[in-house]
Amino acid sequence: MNRQIVRLTYVALALVGALVVMTTYWQTWAAAGLADRQDNAIKRVAEFAVDRGLILTAQPRARLARNRPREVGGKTLYFRAYPQGKLTAHLVGYSTVGKSRTGLERSLNDYLTASRANLSTLVDSALDELRGKPIKGNHVVTTLDLEAQRVAMQQLGDQCGAVVALDPRTGKVRVLASSPSFDPNLVEDRFDQISNITARCRNPSPLLNRGSAGLFVPGSTFKVITAAAALESRRFTPRSQFTDPGYCLVYGRRVNNFDTSRPFGRIDLETALVHSVNSVFCNIGKSLRAKRILDTARRFGFYERPPLETPADERRPSGLYDDGRLYYPEENPDVDAGRMAFGQERMLVTPLQMAMVAGAIGNGGRLFEPQAVARIVSPRGDVVLRQRPRLIRQAVSRPTADAVARMMRLAVSRGTGTAAQIPGWSVGGKTGTGETGVAGSNTTWFIAFASRDESSPAELAIAVVLENQAGTGGATAAPIARAVMQAILSQRGNP
Amino acid sequence: MTARTRELVGLVLAGLIAGTALATVTLARDAELSPSALTYGGLFLALYLAAHVVVRRTAPYADGALLPLAAVLTAFGLTMNYRLDPSGGRQALWVLIGVAGLCAVLVVLRHDYRVLESYRYLFGVAAVVLLLLPSAPVIGRSVEGVRLWVDLGVVQFQPGELAKICLVVFLAGYLREKREVIAQGRIKDFGPLLAIWGAAMLVIVQTNDLGSALLNFGIFLAMLYVATGRALFVAAGLALFVGGATFLYTAIDRVNQRVTIWLAPWTDEPVYCSQTGELLLRQDCDSYQLVKSLYSIGNGGFGGTGLGEGIFRAPDGAELIPALRTDFIYSAIAQELGLVGAAALVLVFMVFVARGMRIALHAQDGFSKLLAAGLTFGFALQTFVIVGGVLRIVPLTGITLPFVSYGGTSIVANFVLLALLLLVSNRANALSRT
Repeated sequence: MNRQIVRLTYVALALVGALVVMTTYWQTWAAAGLADRQDNAIKRVAEFAVDRGLILTAQPRARLARNRPREVGGKTLYFRAYPQGKLTAHLVGYSTVGKSRTGLERSLNDYLTASRANLSTLVDSALDELRGKPIKGNHVVTTLDLEAQRVAMQQLGDQCGAVVALDPRTGKVRVLASSPSFDPNLVEDRFDQISNITARCRNPSPLLNRGSAGLFVPGSTFKVITAAAALESRRFTPRSQFTDPGYCLVYGRRVNNFDTSRPFGRIDLETALVHSVNSVFCNIGKSLRAKRILDTARRFGFYERPPLETPADERRPSGLYDDGRLYYPEENPDVDAGRMAFGQERMLVTPLQMAMVAGAIGNGGRLFEPQAVARIVSPRGDVVLRQRPRLIRQAVSRPTADAVARMMRLAVSRGTGTAAQIPGWSVGGKTGTGETGVAGSNTTWFIAFASRDESSPAELAIAVVLENQAGTGGATAAPIARAVMQAILSQRGNP
Repeated sequence: MTARTRELVGLVLAGLIAGTALATVTLARDAELSPSALTYGGLFLALYLAAHVVVRRTAPYADGALLPLAAVLTAFGLTMNYRLDPSGGRQALWVLIGVAGLCAVLVVLRHDYRVLESYRYLFGVAAVVLLLLPSAPVIGRSVEGVRLWVDLGVVQFQPGELAKICLVVFLAGYLREKREVIAQGRIKDFGPLLAIWGAAMLVIVQTNDLGSALLNFGIFLAMLYVATGRALFVAAGLALFVGGATFLYTAIDRVNQRVTIWLAPWTDEPVYCSQTGELLLRQDCDSYQLVKSLYSIGNGGFGGTGLGEGIFRAPDGAELIPALRTDFIYSAIAQELGLVGAAALVLVFMVFVARGMRIALHAQDGFSKLLAAGLTFGFALQTFVIVGGVLRIVPLTGITLPFVSYGGTSIVANFVLLALLLLVSNRANALSRT
């Protein structure tokens, strides 16, 4: 029997030895993957022992997230407090024990807890750990303009909507406001109070970041893309002539202008954009067909998640949606190009995307990556990471961009967007009113850019969207855009 | 140095380990060294020294390593149980009772443990009865869908732990008697094999417990192989077990669910949650325990968080890992002691297994060889099944980690197992001396 016993011993030792192998696997190779999982409550609690980095704005220097140390069971734990409350809740997000994390708190967690850092900070935190001192995280400095953010939130008030403003020359995000907002200080213990709000829309969803994850019917703001596609095709110029009967025939059915009582008759493309004439864009759409327009939209960033430092699932791509899913047509006839050309037909966009469109038009067609983080700084003040402007691509040619920019300037100086004029600045904009067919439930838009004069590049781009509105984009969204732009531009005597 | 002197030195070292570990836990919690930790360390050593005296009297030639190894394992168990629940001193009580059981077995069987062989059928019947007891009406108890407990009002216990030992005693006697006949491999001699296979399947059906079926059938196959030397039997038995288990996998929801969790603990899309009937991510529902335990192990890393510094609770006191003191004691140890400590623990198990098998090799009669090999293999397989389940090598089942997990029956049963191994080695060594 001894031979069998020896063999059985090998089997028994191999079985128990396999445990060492698998323990090694989980504690070394797989450990990082486990730590990254969203439902890893142990890692989350462990990270509360880290003196988490602050989240700040640069000018004026203000704290968006700070720490509130508390003794729990003989250990110091660093709980989060958000001094700005509702003001920056969507971008900053929250970090709690019970409800996981969102926003920059989630996507930049590795920096904030110093678990991703350069070599010198890594040595620092290892030494701190040996000395029994808490590890200090890195601070995140955002690009937000807190004053303008405040103006945006005030202007939105109890309406549902969003304001996104960015510097098109660099992509730096100045305002990312979403209304209704929530107080991130309530998330840990009083989460039920968050949804207990009054807002003037059917589905308030305060946790939704409407700026980057809210999908809206673009309405006439999409005409900017149609106009750019028309010019890029070289089949149209700003002077191309059209006849406007007050409506356009799509598949034998009439699609009316916003105001059918007053057809424009003979009209050129430029004037059609200034006055937002649906029938003209409808005919351009039918002529260009869907995929040509969608390709131009893609050049502006449609059909991909806009790059921003927030978590991927807090950003959504713009484009055609079918049954809640992003949809790109196989064949041109799959999509009603005539109605898509003025922003109907299942087209859904985010305010962030439309701010990128307005910015690229005002900036000679150059599309920059939007960035909400300026830099990440170690506790000792060394810069761990500095965000540099990153050009995504030349979305459209410079002549095209400048021609569309001119149309948008005319729309503000004498067209639908006069409410957005700012003395001393050359503003170009486009209104939008997404009709849902129910009174008082329009989605209204205003997208705009501002430059010092007609020939200089835009220094600011903005998109404003409002839900459940009775008025037009020019009457409801344009004044908000003007107020927020003024708040940013008034500080820009000499950049 | 004689075996007993080695044992004494080993026990003193185990006492030092226990005292230091307990002191570290209290230090981490209260930031000061409380004298009670040293008292506990002293009591621990005193208990094992008492056991040592009994071994010296009843089994003077027994292996000197086993008792210190068991002491180290109980030191791990006591420390972690105290760490996780300082108010529950029950584990210490169970170790006390376990050591008493060890001494009792040693005293009762001091002359010749081989009398057990003549009661082999009694042990066989006892094993089956004990295994089926939890599914009996009135006294059977179901915990989380698995019927493993018996509640007699005054005392609750898991009879499966004792059944394992009864089964080994029965098989050692039965196989010693029939090994030549069975080795010939005639069809009619496969009757008992099929009967035991059928019993294992019945246990799965009755108790929904894949773990103890795997354990007991594995012990049976191992002993059958040792007795007959026919690897074909093992292959046939394994095929039968896998076939039967695969069939039951499709037939029994509970077993099906365990295997599904094992294969894919994480999902990206919500799936059916068997606990609430809602659609949830599997890691938030059915595989919650397994996944949280893996996070605990992962958080330990190479060096661990340190005793008393591991994270098992949220700041508000809510438990992050369920069943930590029983099924998942290993993931608690792996977090606080890291890969270094967990590997050390597994190494102690490996040395215990190696010593046990050495006893089987040195034993002179078939019954003793089969008894020692069966007990030791069962010990190894049980360690593998529970820790392997925690580490996702095999589907997770709710059996205990010998000497370490919280639980009275398990502790007592493993001390009885230890007593039997000591008796076998005592006899073998005594005979080789003369």
